[in-house]
Amino acid sequence: MKTVQPLVLFEDATPETYAEWGMKSGLEIHQQLKTTKKLFCRCPVLPYSDHVDADILRHMRPTLSELGEYDGTALMEFKTRKNIIYQLDNRSVCTYEMDDTPPFELNPEALDIALEIALLLDCNIVSELHIARKQYLDGSIPTGFQRTTIVGIEGKILVNGRDIHIIQLGLEEDACREIDDTGHQRIYRTDRLGIPLVETVTYPELRTPQEVAAAAQVIRYLTRATGRVRTGIGAARQDVNVSVTGGRRVEIKGVPKIRMIPRLVHNEALRQWSLLGIKQELKERGITEETFASVSREVTDQLRSTLFGPLRQALEEGLRVKAVVLRGFAGILNVPTQPETVFSKEIVDRVRVIACLDKFPNLIHSDAPGHNLLSSEWTRLKRSLDCRDKDTLVITWGAEADAQRATEEIIIRAREATVGIPDETRQALSDGTNGFERILPGPDRMYPDTDLPPQAITEEYIQKVRLRLPERPWEKERHYHEMGVDTASAERLSRCTLGGIFERMVNEIGVAPGAATKYLTVILPAVMRRRGVLAVPDAGKLLEIMHAVVEHKLDFAAAEILTAGMLSGRITDPHRAVAELPLTVINDVEAGRLIAAIIAEADLGRIPLEKRHAYVMGLVMAKLRGRIAGRRCAEIARRHLGQG
Amino acid sequence: MMTASDEHKGYRGPGLATLKNYQVGVWNEVVIQSTRGEFAGIILPRAETADERHIVLKLHNGYNVGIAVETITGMTARGRRQAHYKIPEKEFPHDPRKPKVKLLGTGGTIASRLDYRTGAVIPAFSPGELYGSVPELADICNLETEKLYGVFSENMGPREWMGTAEAIGRDIRNGAAGIVIGHGTDTMHHTTAILSFMVQNSPVPIVVVGSQRSSDRPSSDAALNLIHATKTAAESDIAEVMVCMFGPTSDQYGLLHRGTRVRKMHSSYRSTFRTIGDIPLATVSRDKILHLREDYHRRRNDRNVDIITTFEEMVSIVYYYPNMKPDIIESLIDNDYKGIIIAGTGLGHVNKPLYPALKRATDKGIAVYMTVQTLWGYVQMYVYDTGRDIMNLGVVPAANMLPEVAYVKLGWTLGQTTDPAEVKKIMLTPIAGEITEREPHNGYLIYQGGIPEVEEFIARYKK
Repeated sequence: MKTVQPLVLFEDATPETYAEWGMKSGLEIHQQLKTTKKLFCRCPVLPYSDHVDADILRHMRPTLSELGEYDGTALMEFKTRKNIIYQLDNRSVCTYEMDDTPPFELNPEALDIALEIALLLDCNIVSELHIARKQYLDGSIPTGFQRTTIVGIEGKILVNGRDIHIIQLGLEEDACREIDDTGHQRIYRTDRLGIPLVETVTYPELRTPQEVAAAAQVIRYLTRATGRVRTGIGAARQDVNVSVTGGRRVEIKGVPKIRMIPRLVHNEALRQWSLLGIKQELKERGITEETFASVSREVTDQLRSTLFGPLRQALEEGLRVKAVVLRGFAGILNVPTQPETVFSKEIVDRVRVIACLDKFPNLIHSDAPGHNLLSSEWTRLKRSLDCRDKDTLVITWGAEADAQRATEEIIIRAREATVGIPDETRQALSDGTNGFERILPGPDRMYPDTDLPPQAITEEYIQKVRLRLPERPWEKERHYHEMGVDTASAERLSRCTLGGIFERMVNEIGVAPGAATKYLTVILPAVMRRRGVLAVPDAGKLLEIMHAVVEHKLDFAAAEILTAGMLSGRITDPHRAVAELPLTVINDVEAGRLIAAIIAEADLGRIPLEKRHAYVMGLVMAKLRGRIAGRRCAEIARRHLGQG
Repeated sequence: MMTASDEHKGYRGPGLATLKNYQVGVWNEVVIQSTRGEFAGIILPRAETADERHIVLKLHNGYNVGIAVETITGMTARGRRQAHYKIPEKEFPHDPRKPKVKLLGTGGTIASRLDYRTGAVIPAFSPGELYGSVPELADICNLETEKLYGVFSENMGPREWMGTAEAIGRDIRNGAAGIVIGHGTDTMHHTTAILSFMVQNSPVPIVVVGSQRSSDRPSSDAALNLIHATKTAAESDIAEVMVCMFGPTSDQYGLLHRGTRVRKMHSSYRSTFRTIGDIPLATVSRDKILHLREDYHRRRNDRNVDIITTFEEMVSIVYYYPNMKPDIIESLIDNDYKGIIIAGTGLGHVNKPLYPALKRATDKGIAVYMTVQTLWGYVQMYVYDTGRDIMNLGVVPAANMLPEVAYVKLGWTLGQTTDPAEVKKIMLTPIAGEITEREPHNGYLIYQGGIPEVEEFIARYKK
């Protein structure tokens, strides 16, 4: 196959690779807000729990959008015929989440936080909120739609010195947590349902996987600057859109960690590049959307006596076996699309998700005949279906309706190969590749919510929120830079809670910016790491330590001792500790006296000559660390050992 | 040709002035410059109940937002894009082996579309539309539909009740194997009660159905209710007027309630309809109808049915409350009411200050009947002296008739006769299960949440 090229791996890609692919990427970042109650009812926001008081069973049917269209995702979910079970915990769920009570007034606390974030994003704020219903037929919301509203549009953020534009900032209710999805049953837990979150959507202006991750970080720290967003597992989730030249926008949903983003983006761009290669190959074989041809037929009886395990078992269970011939497709199902993945995975995924055939293998095909049917069986089947060498034969099995659905989906996905890249949302997999999740929903799934009236956002309210806006991460960064902090540290400080402590150290205690930076970005993290402490200590304590350091003119080593002592609980009052330990600064003369005493006490006879200095330094620094620079001690010790 | 009001649908005052000023109308693609920045999208109609100072814009991402007119500094039109909201219409297939079911529409949201004027949903209805949205119906029957009314259920009244009863009679005589009536849920039980009196000895099932979540929602109960109702009309052996609505809130099965014993008991739950003081007739699922009792009217092959459409409108329900003043009763007397249903406390009581007014009412020939606001249980006016005193005033206990049922029955009765003895005979003779001889112990089951054994039950069965 001349048009299909080897895969470029993540490790080998450069910005030029992405420029050649014409990669463009955008983000949708979901961030839960720290409110006490949910968005449209008065249920408390509680930690997730495994407790279940009751179950509800529902099904979803597609409905028309406001502009009179059925949405593609909606139809797909209807095809799956899923029983959807909602597990209820009495404490976190009322009749609203069950869709048995209309919504209550939008939570004003949530709106307040969302407006603050919209202003931080420099958005145009709407005059009037209109609640919309965004359809989700996967069942993740019992109503079948998410109540959502636009607070602002057309904003921007600064990422590595470049403006990245924001399409919108939405305020919406969170969906259920999926617990299980097997066969025709999907189970959701409802505690997360209804928690307020904001969705920040960027334009597809990001050009490398690394830049996508950087933008995600900026948005994360921007929302955190309000101090009113949830943190922890699942509190922020990223959707990443990727497209390449000649392709179309594909959405990778629910990326839990920002550091997973670069590899995922790369592999999706790679997949699209590969799919376009397949399209080109098919075109050169004369196969286009119009000329695409396939045949499907039931072959249950022909395979009655097969010894291939999975098929044997299926036949014993009374399942049906269907065959699909894809004309002219020979070899295509084996073309690599992502690392360790070939094109057949695209079809396998569709069959798994839409036909609900989730026991693997759910199909076999003649491009990789391998260890399944005997070659005589392949030959016989091919002959009976008029499948020639240039064709591909796919076999799938399941209950009658599922097997039928599977053959339809095999044909749909194969035909889409002639178009290139299907409109899909894909799920992030832990190895950095991705799998099919659903058909990409469009604007056709939006519907105005008739249960709630529009709600005005007044000029006065906007002004009030504007006055209390915190600094944006890039403003802080610039600000710290102007204070004399180096670029890397300024970026680091601007993106964490330490920034506030840094400012207070410099402004309230008079610590030099460089020293405060070194303490907060080098010494403190090192001590925390050594002691296994994850949470940043109380700002007051850190300020007390720096106060003692400044007042007693101590050095970083002393600051480190005080910090370690405080984290372990041995030191509660740094000022007292300075006197008691002691940590007061000594001069060379006093140091010389103390070092001489240490050398006199030490039993140096058993230590080889060349190791004596190091040995003595160990003893010396244990006593004098924090009182005098180690470099000075080393000189003095060397002199006293007669090595100077 | 578009009228001015279509061009600016729903806009009034400053909003309308702004649209006219920039020479744009609804469905125009526009770019709006405002003090809050630029907004691009399609101008949508404005709900008439919303304020006058916002323009509604559908952004390209599908969301709607409002732009305050005082922030607008400029507007440019770029084209037009009108919505064509249409439920996909497919010809309902005809299968000669399947029974003919007639669906009469009175309103409600069995199938619906968005109404831009009010921002609410309005019903859509033809067999083609129904087949387009609930194709399962074709597996059950050959469906014919007729829209009788398009009203919300609170606007159903005597005129509509009589018209519906007559339409039922006509369709039975025309050979329908069953009748389904699409109805808003709020007063569904009033309608099933009156139809139980106006349509007697029906040879076929008459099934009234609606939805608690409108059919424009993916999780709507409309489709499943309609499937259950149609199956009941086509296949069930129960030739009575029934309500067919969700049993549990889960998508599992519907309940068939006798039309005179059913009541809407929750403002929004799917499983809102309950049989009061008795058990339902049957459960119905996609697969089967499970009978819960044997004492029902069987389906017949003849086409005989009695249609008795009379109604005296001057009847009222008085819901008694402590310290009620006699002027409430007096005003009904002075306004020439012919009948009063009292929903009394406990076993059927009102306070003493009402006595003279009640005496005056019965003396004037007004029919006064007592029901209980507890809903469950019988009126029993012998237990306390109060009750005997009230009966001596000429107030007649109406056994275990539900207040709303007694109301429609009295209106129906007074439409036929004004003779008090005759009225009393009709009122107290059960016609369609509105009065029962006995209340089974499981006719009153309101289990209390929180009790361990109840919670255990709830955890075991889907709600």
